[in-house]
Amino acid sequence: MSTQVPKEDERTESVEHEAEDSAEQPEASHGDRRRADRDAKRQSVSGAPAEPEQDAFRLKVFRYDPEVEGKMEPRFDDFSVPREKGMTVLDALIYARDTYDTTLTFRHSCRQAVCGSDALFINGRQRLGCQTQISDLDKPVRVEPLPHQDVVKDLVVDMEHFYDQMHAVEPFFQPDEESPGDLEEYRQSPENREEIKMSTRCIWCGACMSSCNIAAGDNQYLGPAAINKAYRFAMDEREGENMKEHRLNVMDQEHGVWRCQTQFSCTNVCPKDIPLTEHIQELKREAVKQNLKFW
Amino acid sequence: MHEHDVLVIGGGGAGLRAAIAAHEEGADVAIVTKLHPVRSHTGAAEGGINAALREGDDWELHAYDTMKGSDYLGDAPAIETLAQDSPEETVQLENWGMPFSREDDGTVSQRPFGGLSFARTTYAGAETGHHMLHTMYEQVVKRGIQVYDEWYVSDLAVTDHDDPSDRECHGVIAYDIKTGQIEGFKARNGVILATGGLGQVYDHTTNAVANTGDGPAMAYRAGVPLEDMEFVQFHPTTLPSTGVLISEGVRGEGGILYNSEGERFMFEYGYANNDGELASRDVVSRAELTEVNNGRGVEDEYVYLDMRHLGEERITDRLENILHLARDFEGVDGLEEPMPVKPGQHYEMGGIETDENGLTCIDGLYAAGECACVSVHGSNRLGGNALPELIVFGARAGRHAAGSDLGEAEITTGRTGEIEEEDGLDTPVEPGAVSASTEEDDAVADGGNAGGDDDAVADGGAAVVEPDETVRRAVERERTRIEHLLEKDTGVQHASLRADLQESMTENVNVFRNEEGLKQALEDIQEVREAYQDVYVSDPSRTFNTDLIHTIETRNLIDLAEAITLGALARDEFRGAHWRQEHQERKDDEWLKHTMLSWNEGTPELWYKPTILEGEDKTYEPKERSY
Repeated sequence: MSTQVPKEDERTESVEHEAEDSAEQPEASHGDRRRADRDAKRQSVSGAPAEPEQDAFRLKVFRYDPEVEGKMEPRFDDFSVPREKGMTVLDALIYARDTYDTTLTFRHSCRQAVCGSDALFINGRQRLGCQTQISDLDKPVRVEPLPHQDVVKDLVVDMEHFYDQMHAVEPFFQPDEESPGDLEEYRQSPENREEIKMSTRCIWCGACMSSCNIAAGDNQYLGPAAINKAYRFAMDEREGENMKEHRLNVMDQEHGVWRCQTQFSCTNVCPKDIPLTEHIQELKREAVKQNLKFW
Repeated sequence: MHEHDVLVIGGGGAGLRAAIAAHEEGADVAIVTKLHPVRSHTGAAEGGINAALREGDDWELHAYDTMKGSDYLGDAPAIETLAQDSPEETVQLENWGMPFSREDDGTVSQRPFGGLSFARTTYAGAETGHHMLHTMYEQVVKRGIQVYDEWYVSDLAVTDHDDPSDRECHGVIAYDIKTGQIEGFKARNGVILATGGLGQVYDHTTNAVANTGDGPAMAYRAGVPLEDMEFVQFHPTTLPSTGVLISEGVRGEGGILYNSEGERFMFEYGYANNDGELASRDVVSRAELTEVNNGRGVEDEYVYLDMRHLGEERITDRLENILHLARDFEGVDGLEEPMPVKPGQHYEMGGIETDENGLTCIDGLYAAGECACVSVHGSNRLGGNALPELIVFGARAGRHAAGSDLGEAEITTGRTGEIEEEDGLDTPVEPGAVSASTEEDDAVADGGNAGGDDDAVADGGAAVVEPDETVRRAVERERTRIEHLLEKDTGVQHASLRADLQESMTENVNVFRNEEGLKQALEDIQEVREAYQDVYVSDPSRTFNTDLIHTIETRNLIDLAEAITLGALARDEFRGAHWRQEHQERKDDEWLKHTMLSWNEGTPELWYKPTILEGEDKTYEPKERSY
């Protein structure tokens, strides 16, 4: 199935989960907060009245499971999450999962914007859950899986196509010259290292690909992340001119750099601030220069 | 059943390096990992790779620094192997295209790090691990090495000989997270565990959510001893609200630590009169907490790390990633204000006992990287020594498993040779598996390898030794366990159990430890273990059931928390990262030995083996460790 679902007020039923515990001191640490939450929950289970909820916000989360009754039809669930200083969308999802519904499913691992697992569609834009502060978002906060990718379950999308495109650009170092050997490095100037620096920051989160209209319409388009990977090697002076020519040939094709219409959506959503569109444009210029050379 | 020559479990730095090495030896190798490789936590490593590459440096200095940093609990053959092999392995990464930071002459840059006598930490900005991980994954793609990503390995297929040293590992059992399928993977030559850290034992950690110590827990229950588990590194500079790491590179470049009074406490209060902020990590972490405990912490919780004086240009050039982390995860602009930092769990020095070829006492079972204990780091790891460990010992394990002759190992494994049994440890509760008298259901939930759950006994004592049959039996055992967890629809859920465990460990088995707290932790752990007998998974789905995965992981965390705490209680001295309130000195007469813990079919046993201080050409004499 696809993530292209209508707005929840048109079609999806909504299940609500309210916080049964009280709000804490606004600046309590995570550990204190969680302990207090759990104590409060235990109390409410034992019959003590739950205190009224204060200063919570609503988290609307896309739900879907291909095999569980009641979830096969996509819907949004509402969770009431207490505000906490510094809380990210990932923190809020974890809170909702561990407090209300352990079946809520999303990928996450490092919590610090380097593993690239939790690219999500948050309030209508591709962002990393762990890198997005709740305080920066309009409420309710609406979390959906990445658009233009098949949904596996809840917020988890199938990344295979993204990986296939990444693998399609010969994403590995191929120097013209044999390794210098005997504990010798290939030399690279600090300037050239600086030139490729931004391109090497890619964490394979897929936000760019998901934001790209062209990629949505052309399944063979390599997409911004894969082209950026090619850029990373093509511009690395250690590989040499022959390999650069080869790499430009790979890019200089129908589903390569020329598909890009410079809409900048990929650049706008990249969580690592990689100037993707600029890199694609530069490869176009390099490809043109190379073609002119052979005239 | 899938079948390969070599199976590598885990797709981080050690796993990728092992797979490449095995592939280069001609083996049919596959990586099985619960994440996609590029999601692995090696990618979060910031500082760099220690390697003696330059004029004026040599491997012997690196080895000496490492031995001193280990507080004389590292084994010399392992340490010397690390220091000798690191230059070649580091340059190999460069030759594979890794974008290191560069000097004007085009060579790779190195910087000073804590506890080093030479600026030998080779780096790529403050994101060295990210570049290392991606560079090696690129090589895996280039070689066409098969990767089973999002397959969770839940158990090992090991023969059931009585003596663990007679056992053989023939493969693993894995659960396809996407489809819920359970499959046996047979390894013709060897299984290499490279599962990384176990930081989820604690609630304030730099580790990823996925770092649940699956490898050590599985190996332990299969009969491999865990070594020196009490030595847990608490990194001195983590962000207070999330545990996100602020690299030691900040101090390496000249960052300064201040208390709430604005005092540069590392010098003012004499914690490290020579090296100050660049003393070893254990020293700095204790200093910070001592400041907080003496009322000189900020908000009674943290201290400040200030790098503003380095200037925007230098910060942007060498530490740019730190600016992003401080901004995104603490809301602080590192160019304008000091960053709040406090100690957080960072690294487990102990792990699966291996020799310098990565081999455990079980034939065909290897381990490399943070999940293993060779032992390079002893009681305290130096900054910049984790990444070289991944590539040096990952490569060795890969080669050895593929059949390459690396020569006889000097480090012995298993309960042989000059060992000493612990017989007098006073524990408040009986550690290990909940007694076999509980209901049958519970033993299933507990994950198979508990005492009393012995297939061989049920079959009238016939030990299973044949490879295919060993794998098939293990698959059946795991199917039963997983079906049980999915079908049970009442009980307790893992999240609250995991939280109880983390809370107690953070409270009682932290930087400062005492007997009372450690005993409390053992009681808490046992309580969690008993509650886990009634655990269930509320998500009935076969599709991407993270509830199930987290539930299985939680069982692993329980065993590892207990191992850490037992070691900490037994070791009544202060060495490296292990500080005991009642025992404020290092006791070399008694404790120049490794703490070993054997699962022993559910009734854990502690024993000891001597530290090896004899190196190739010299013996390392324990000295007072001051910085």
